[in-house]
Amino acid sequence: MIPAAFDYVRATSAAEAISLIGQHGSDAKFLAGGHSLLPLMKLRLVAPSVLVDVGRITDLSYIKDAGDHIAIGAMTRHMDVEKSAVLAQHVPLLAHAAGHVGDPQVRHRGTIGGSIAHADPASDLPATTLALGATYVVQGPNGTREIAASSFFHGFLQSDLAEDEMLTEIRVPKMNGAGWSFQKFNRRAQDWAIVGVAAWRGSHGSGVGLVNMGQTPILASAVSKALAGGASIADAAALAADDAEPSPDNNASVEYRTHLAKVLVRRALEQATA
Amino acid sequence: MQIQVTVNGKKHTSEVEPRTLLVQYVREVLELTGTNIGCDTSSCGACSLHIDGEAVKSCTVLAVQADGANITTIEGMAAADGTLHPMQQAFMENHGLQCGYCTPGMVMAATSLLKEIPNPTEEEVRIGLEGNLCRCTGYHNIVKAVLAAAGK
Repeated sequence: MIPAAFDYVRATSAAEAISLIGQHGSDAKFLAGGHSLLPLMKLRLVAPSVLVDVGRITDLSYIKDAGDHIAIGAMTRHMDVEKSAVLAQHVPLLAHAAGHVGDPQVRHRGTIGGSIAHADPASDLPATTLALGATYVVQGPNGTREIAASSFFHGFLQSDLAEDEMLTEIRVPKMNGAGWSFQKFNRRAQDWAIVGVAAWRGSHGSGVGLVNMGQTPILASAVSKALAGGASIADAAALAADDAEPSPDNNASVEYRTHLAKVLVRRALEQATA
Repeated sequence: MQIQVTVNGKKHTSEVEPRTLLVQYVREVLELTGTNIGCDTSSCGACSLHIDGEAVKSCTVLAVQADGANITTIEGMAAADGTLHPMQQAFMENHGLQCGYCTPGMVMAATSLLKEIPNPTEEEVRIGLEGNLCRCTGYHNIVKAVLAAAGK
């Protein structure tokens, strides 16, 4: 399968990428690792007229300790997130979740920024960074702005990004030793999660993100609120789907997804608390 | 658009359409047909080759994205005198293939895996090859071959 024809331009900096996307208008798309976009283009579900390749902007590939948080450049590949010693120490949940994206070949190409900007509710990293209370840094023609992950996702493959804005950095608060768990339920190796859960729990609170439980990645706020109020894990996990609006598909009905979310959140909280 | 790549040690300069997939470029322009197209949706891994030493699925990479890269395909694995790469030899000795369709991708994924985890456990091999499907269900001997190549 070959994508529809398009023009290809290459950016060497975020500023150049934003200027190029501005010149080429609403039909242009950023290309990072290409592992979300190219499959859609090959199926001709999307047919951008111009691709602005941002995959060579090497100064957007980094993982830095920034005091209370870790700053991750948007072009950092899943494999580099997975193997990062800094993340293993300070945000182990994210490093672990990155190791569950696709398969090794996919992780050699796909980037954290591309995955989050694509805003697929079935992807692992949008929900994981949401659970961790991440902030996304976005650059546009008029400078940068910061968006809380909790306000970023608007709908299926839709985010707060304007057409001429680019996600440049993901800031993830340090976990400070909090317990964590990542549960990915699927039937075959390398599949998307039918339902996934990224959870952490520490002395300063908790966070639970749900994968594939709605049109966006879902923050299970009801669970964290119940835990803060002293609820047991079982009672809190029973509220797992309160913030979700799952859809049915070939793999699972709404009822089954709702059941899975409760079971997986319970397992995740038990593991995070142990 | 003009691209320049080094494939199996040989430099190539080619004019390609931006939408040309890397697998298409390697097979149709360079006529290196050892890299197979299986699912064409980045699931099966038959098209795996190395970009700068790391396995990728070449059905989901544009040739223009590989501009400037060092690429190795299955044809570049054996030595110039025909001596098989240790991974190829291990696949042969352990009957790690039946129909052979997945084999080039398996060999490329497995060599990339051993670079990252030189001494993998059996479980690490199985997880490390999760991006490669074998429709003859020959996984058992494939895993055996990779462990043999790792010196176990």
